Amino acid sequence: MIDSGDTAFIIICTAMVMLMTPGVGLFYAGMVRRKSVISMITLAFVAFAVVSIQWVLFGYSLAFGPDIAGFIGGLDHVGLAGVGLDGDGIPDILFMVFQLVFAGLTLAILTSGIAERVKLSAFIVFGLLWTTLVYDPLAHWAWGGGWASQLGALDFAGGTVVHISSGFGALAAALVVGKRLGFGQETMEPANIPLTLLGGALLWFGWFGFNAGSELAADGIAANAFTVTCVAASAGALAWMGASWIKGKPSSLGMISGAIAGLVAITPACGFVDTMSAIVIGAVAGVLCYAALLFRLKKGLDESLDAWAIHGVGGFWGAIATGIFATAAICGVDGLIYGNVDQFVIQLIDAVVAVLYAFVVTYVLAMLVEKTIGLRVEEDEEYVGLDIAQHGESVRM
Amino acid sequence: MKKIEAVIRPEKLEKVSEALLDKGHHAMTVTEVRGRGAQRGIALQFRGKEILVDLIPKVKIEVVTEDEKTDEIVDIIKTYAHTGKNGDGKIFIYDIEKCLSVRDD
Repeated sequence: MIDSGDTAFIIICTAMVMLMTPGVGLFYAGMVRRKSVISMITLAFVAFAVVSIQWVLFGYSLAFGPDIAGFIGGLDHVGLAGVGLDGDGIPDILFMVFQLVFAGLTLAILTSGIAERVKLSAFIVFGLLWTTLVYDPLAHWAWGGGWASQLGALDFAGGTVVHISSGFGALAAALVVGKRLGFGQETMEPANIPLTLLGGALLWFGWFGFNAGSELAADGIAANAFTVTCVAASAGALAWMGASWIKGKPSSLGMISGAIAGLVAITPACGFVDTMSAIVIGAVAGVLCYAALLFRLKKGLDESLDAWAIHGVGGFWGAIATGIFATAAICGVDGLIYGNVDQFVIQLIDAVVAVLYAFVVTYVLAMLVEKTIGLRVEEDEEYVGLDIAQHGESVRM
Repeated sequence: MKKIEAVIRPEKLEKVSEALLDKGHHAMTVTEVRGRGAQRGIALQFRGKEILVDLIPKVKIEVVTEDEKTDEIVDIIKTYAHTGKNGDGKIFIYDIEKCLSVRDD
């Protein structure tokens, strides 16, 4: 039985989540050098386009087909076989496309690790492999009836599936592709900070669809998810800004990064926690992800735009925070602070496995592409910049 | 007095600027420019097709100084803007006829 209210709501949420993909592109593009701005936005769109096609051909089936050994879905829905216009509350095809925009966004987040040096053709091949062998299994584990959901792990909107996977994936990819030329020796000035702030605005806006829409119905849980999302983002923005203020001026980049960190951390928790807990989750995320960024810089790692620090570490914290702050008053499951140790342990297992799986498999896939067609552009092309080298275009700002 | 005009790699500006400051050469004008030199830009290969990136982004720094400081400044620029590859840039030195400060009466 289709509910027209729920259906209308999820259609709008789907469109809002789609907007997050160019949002990520703009967010990243403002932080790279001027010669890679077009490339950075384009990678996000290309990620979305590639995953969209993969998803309707077989990705959806791998994630949401009948469970095989808790690991992956079967091929019953290849080519959207059996995905109809009817459904429980919302049409099956709407559920499919709502999940599609998540998958597309996730690959776009990962482009952080290969920014300003990846070969477009290699990215398309790598992206197809990655979304098939990393994203689809993780989506199946959490939402498609895989081992994590059988275990009782809670991931409302994709803390492990979207953020741990892309964050730790970006780190692995960055290690394989190597540092940008001149990294650590030259200052790499951000091309246009307002572009990043605009991207951050689109992300914050889209995130309401991402989290509230994950309820798949227009109800009280969706409204709660919406509220805690907003509050966690604000807490994250203030916490990161405050932490960085101690060391110098409070940069706008730090503020918006903190907002994203808060949004990431509340993602798995938003259907299970109350608003006061959301303030704590967001604030801790802001400080923790800032510390992760400083650690990344100290180690000289060129995971260029901090998907690892923000999405990886923030996603990990969010998964654990769900096990700490979940309350039966919202969702019927209690977390650690209400005396339920088991849920905390389950969350920890789920997050650790997701980290290991995402990191190792991404590393292997990136290596595979590197050894066959090569992940990286030539040195001259990198010097001139990917805008000209890969797209034959350039931007004057 | 001399004017030293150097067209260098943008990514080397910071090092050059710091080194100049260290040695007490404070005054400097910097402009973002594009240009090509003897190698006519950078040629990129795409599956046999060649794309020439004709005008490469550079920065131009201009320093006006006393005659006897000229060599030191040129040395600093040559040291800190150097990579040894094509496209390191050029240095031009001009005689300055007169130098006035706008602020002074």
